[in-house]
Amino acid sequence: MIEIDRVTKVFGAGAEAFRALDAVNVTIRQNEFFTLLGPSGCGKTTLLRVMAGFVDPTEGAVTLEGDDLLRLAPYERPVNTVFQSYALFPHMTVAENIGFGLEMQGRPRDEVRRTVGEMLELVRMSELADRRTSEISGGQQQRVALARALAPRPRVLLLDEPLSALDFKLRKDMQLELKRLQSETGITFIFVTHDQEEALTMSDRIAVMNEGAIRQIGSPRDIYDHPAERFVADFIGDTNFLEAELLSKEEARAEVRLASGAAVTARAAEGGAEAGAVTLAIRPEHADLAPEGEGLLPGRLSDVVYFGTDTHFHVDLDAGGRFVVRRQNTPDRAEARAPGERVAVRFGARVGQVLRD
Amino acid sequence: MARRRGFDVTRLPGFATIAILCFVLLYAPIVLLVIFSFNESVSVSEWQGLSLRWYRSALENEQVQAATVRSVVIASAASLIATAAAVGAALATTRTRPWRGQTLAFALVNQPLMVPEVVTAVALLFFFSMIKVATGYTGLWYLIVAHAAFCIPFAYLPVRARLQGMDLTLEQAAADLYATPWQVFRRVTLPQLWPGILAGAMLAFVISLDDVVITEFVKSAGQDTLPTYMLGQLRRAVTPEINAISTALLVVSVVLVMAFFFLSRPRT
Repeated sequence: MIEIDRVTKVFGAGAEAFRALDAVNVTIRQNEFFTLLGPSGCGKTTLLRVMAGFVDPTEGAVTLEGDDLLRLAPYERPVNTVFQSYALFPHMTVAENIGFGLEMQGRPRDEVRRTVGEMLELVRMSELADRRTSEISGGQQQRVALARALAPRPRVLLLDEPLSALDFKLRKDMQLELKRLQSETGITFIFVTHDQEEALTMSDRIAVMNEGAIRQIGSPRDIYDHPAERFVADFIGDTNFLEAELLSKEEARAEVRLASGAAVTARAAEGGAEAGAVTLAIRPEHADLAPEGEGLLPGRLSDVVYFGTDTHFHVDLDAGGRFVVRRQNTPDRAEARAPGERVAVRFGARVGQVLRD
Repeated sequence: MARRRGFDVTRLPGFATIAILCFVLLYAPIVLLVIFSFNESVSVSEWQGLSLRWYRSALENEQVQAATVRSVVIASAASLIATAAAVGAALATTRTRPWRGQTLAFALVNQPLMVPEVVTAVALLFFFSMIKVATGYTGLWYLIVAHAAFCIPFAYLPVRARLQGMDLTLEQAAADLYATPWQVFRRVTLPQLWPGILAGAMLAFVISLDDVVITEFVKSAGQDTLPTYMLGQLRRAVTPEINAISTALLVVSVVLVMAFFFLSRPRT
């Protein structure tokens, strides 16, 4: 378990000071695949580097199983990193790269050889053990970087956007591979990415970061279905934002009145207003089209965009604003709707999410 | 559509003429020197046919032998000392947090490039003569130390360039994999630094081998290096032997300088 307690990092001083991390609190559990997700400059990599020991926080504490990590130099921490650029040693072979950490730990020679062999097998690179790192492909370098970081059996593996340099197909494969490695080794993975899809596919839990702070922590499903605030809803996936009036709120259950006058039950994020004007977030695929007069929000269909797997229906709402409905395409369902048609948008109870801000 | 180009110096009128003139001035005398080193004649300027006579004569000349050995000993020792110091200086000016006086240190390390050599030479002459009086030691070490001092910037610059071009994340990766700072240096920084170190050492060697001014001031009697021996010979009777020695020096320098460029080439 890693506990990050009010960690703040300020770069520079005076007028040029930049607050890269602002009192970040998070607890990462043992054996978890934990993702730090956010746009570039949000502080996710800085937080990772604080854990690795390359950045000293200005304030705060970081502990691993209760032990103070900040007291230890990078080479004393039972934490390994997979760097974005891989940072493989160019003057060593694949096997020498993988064995480097074990050798530095002073493990006996035959143990190093055995573990390197196991690691090569784990990442399916056994045939390329004696190659130079410049003689293998990007995807292979990626796997060597992983094996090198996993070989000393760290308590925690830090991954800094390790897939961003790979092409689409390879990235998909590596996502599954990483997930497999994590469950096979039982090591805690802390993964940094700006790619929301990557985060949703692989993580047990995601922390969404923005401007040096964690905005929301939850399972991928939690984060996607129930974003707590506008930034999270906007950053992950597509979202419709509706102005609404909060009528009543009890725990996570809220009654809201939409601009069309219709009332609906929604979920409410923790914190936020108890009454009055609020924003409601609804995912395009969580809503559907209904004949005019039956749905919650009447309007006029302005665009129908075909995407292969699904179709997007853009509705100009009578109450103002635009709403997108996404519907999965199936061969047996012919879509007869055409732009200009009068329709209504509908969504079920507890589908909409009342945002905190 | 005509593409606008930036300033192109090669299109200026007279560029080719000036360029060719420069090259002729630079290399024609050297070419002549090399040709005349194979001259049979006793005269330096009169051609009498091809011969290796002067090479043989130089090789058999005991003074030339002694001066050559002395030059190589001084250049080897001085470049070794200068390179070791330069590696330390380069690490201190690239691999540390910025510290007060870093720019000053950089300027001080490169001082021999800026200060007129003859000034350093006079200063060393006084300084060493004081030490000579105090200690009575008159050996080669004065020359070695003097050469090491002015060779430092030549060894420092390629090492520093190499360090600055190196990926810092490699060193972080090593530290992340349980390597202590010393192990990081030994196992990751140094192996990648070798081409820079070799290049610096070779440049220092050539610079030391070639030095006249400081050597002339600092040397004691009977401590001629090859260049000061040649200078001394010119004051007396000029024989084509000088041409042969110069050509041999030229070959050594060209080989070392080419090796330097090869080693300091950026990696692809």
